Amino acid sequence: MTDNVIYVDNNATTAVAPEVFEAMKPYLTNLYGNPSSPYPFGDIANKAVAKAREQVATLLGAKPTEIIFTSCGSESDNTALSSALATQGGRRKIVTTVVEHPAILTPCKHLEEQGYVVKYLRVDSLGRLDLDEARELIDDETAIVSVMWANNETGNLYPVEALARIAHEHGALFHTDAVQATGKIPMNLAESEIDFLSVSGHKLHAPKGVGLLYRRQGTPFVPFLKGGHQERLQRAGTENVASIVGLGVAAELALAHLPEENTRLRAMRDKLEAGLLANAPDAHVNGDPEHRMPHTTNISFKYVEGESILLRLWNAAHICASSGSACSSGSLEASHVLRAMGVDYQSLHGSIRFSLSRYNTEAEVDTVIQTVPPIIRELREISPFGHE
Amino acid sequence: MWQYTEKVMDHFTHPRNCGSLPDADGIGQVGNLVCGDSMKLYIKMAEDKKTIADAKFQTFGCASAIASASALTCMIIGKPLEYAVGLSNQDIVDFLGGLPDEKEHCSVMGFEALEAAVADMAKRHPEIPQPKPPQAPDNSRVVCKCFNVTENKIRNIIKEHHLKTVEEVTNYTKAGGGCGRCKADIQAILDEINAVPHDAPAPEPKPGKLTNLQKINLIMSVFNEEITPALKGDGGDAELVDVDGNDVYVKLLGACAHCAAAEMTMRNWVEAKLREKVSPELHVVDVTKR
Repeated sequence: MTDNVIYVDNNATTAVAPEVFEAMKPYLTNLYGNPSSPYPFGDIANKAVAKAREQVATLLGAKPTEIIFTSCGSESDNTALSSALATQGGRRKIVTTVVEHPAILTPCKHLEEQGYVVKYLRVDSLGRLDLDEARELIDDETAIVSVMWANNETGNLYPVEALARIAHEHGALFHTDAVQATGKIPMNLAESEIDFLSVSGHKLHAPKGVGLLYRRQGTPFVPFLKGGHQERLQRAGTENVASIVGLGVAAELALAHLPEENTRLRAMRDKLEAGLLANAPDAHVNGDPEHRMPHTTNISFKYVEGESILLRLWNAAHICASSGSACSSGSLEASHVLRAMGVDYQSLHGSIRFSLSRYNTEAEVDTVIQTVPPIIRELREISPFGHE
Repeated sequence: MWQYTEKVMDHFTHPRNCGSLPDADGIGQVGNLVCGDSMKLYIKMAEDKKTIADAKFQTFGCASAIASASALTCMIIGKPLEYAVGLSNQDIVDFLGGLPDEKEHCSVMGFEALEAAVADMAKRHPEIPQPKPPQAPDNSRVVCKCFNVTENKIRNIIKEHHLKTVEEVTNYTKAGGGCGRCKADIQAILDEINAVPHDAPAPEPKPGKLTNLQKINLIMSVFNEEITPALKGDGGDAELVDVDGNDVYVKLLGACAHCAAAEMTMRNWVEAKLREKVSPELHVVDVTKR
């Protein structure tokens, strides 16, 4: 069943790179020491974590001391928010966006219930933010501004640097959820105003269960997970050594492949998009064509429902993609991102996201282009809509 | 990933009887695009005016919605109208070998499409004998605004399937599955329907069993008679801004608003008092600084 899978859902997760797996193996087998132990057997693990810290710091253009390893992107997001609220004096306001990942939106909702004020920047029909609205909402009461670098559903890129500047003009901290953007676009945090940045390992060919929080040097901090002295007292818990080693190698690979992959993936994505739009009528792309990650496309096929499309894609050619429809989300409501963009209901439930990785081939893209249009046609024949 | 039976997947992959009937005797369309699923059912009677000669469907929706519609047509073609109107959504679920809990509403939609088609046929063809008196239009209030679910529909489904929890009601009707604001309303309907009969030994009155109206009234009286007088004694005051479900929106005024211990006051005193006197589920939302 898992042979010949065409995995074009790389914003959901990614394959662990073979190099990453190889590098991890010793730390899952014979090199199982605790990095905190004083003898050389522990120090082997300690050095491995230190090397990974340098590798991820290089990818981000940061210092190794600015890296805090965590368990996932969600933990990093939660840590940034809670730390900012604890360190920013009496400031009780958060400014974020309506298109954030639930890892930001859900804690924000919880904080609102505790009496904190959360303001949400809106987006236009292309999913773009309005910097003027940001200037209005960010004020001297704001503890932290949190805006994702790239959106997981549309691939839209947001002007995080400009937003960080606005936050700093008001003495607020700036956090970005860069789970989708890391390894996809060049970053140089040394020349950035960003204070906190979240990364997830499994979105860039490292395993699930590891992430990191970048904390700009000097940014006030209170740990989220309290306990031992790990991560220089910033995140308790014995290090997930093997996965951290994997994340380090994954970061090195991402950096090495970045320029060529950007070009290759963009060409494949554009081919996929053009091929689908040409062969399936009543379809359009959701998102900002000018500021978008090179590997993601989100296409709405009117009059048909996403879960049905996904199941038939799997049955036809073991194609894995995502949908913003209500039924495929596990909840009863369709994508909050596309709804915030005002995508009409006929298009909303038929939205499919394709996200590529360096392991996708041109032949796979061709298969997707051949497979999708007949499925859309068949489902439209069943649908009560779109027959006029 | 939903766990669908082989039969669901079969009817989804190879739907039977999809399309339209230009000479249908009755057409029923239920659901809508906003909710993400919609079903249109066409039925055509045989010359004896008692048997369903043909049925076709069009469905916009997920695999289980398409399979439910396909199954329904298979279940009613060639069958007496009397048999068809006696079917329930559970018969569709059984025919398919089961549906995931969260997808029960797909079978309900099939059942409703059939009801709507039969009602439409009664209007168009008064000469066709109706086995069941036509249903009165449902003018009851809309409880779930996200999915436009009426109180009657919720009541009927609770009674028919002996539902006990809000989650179950959501699975069958979608009500409460959007913003979630109507969950307290659904709970109140559940409580009323599932209430212990009067001849049973009287249970201890539980604050959690209050109706919405009783709850709000009680909150107001505790607020006016106990909370604000005590705060006024300290040179402060408070305003009850709103009640939404179990969320009580409170604004501190006067000295309280600027007091360093304001949060303590809210949590340890206002909320504690309301929880003690009204319901342990209440949650105070501080809107002093809004």
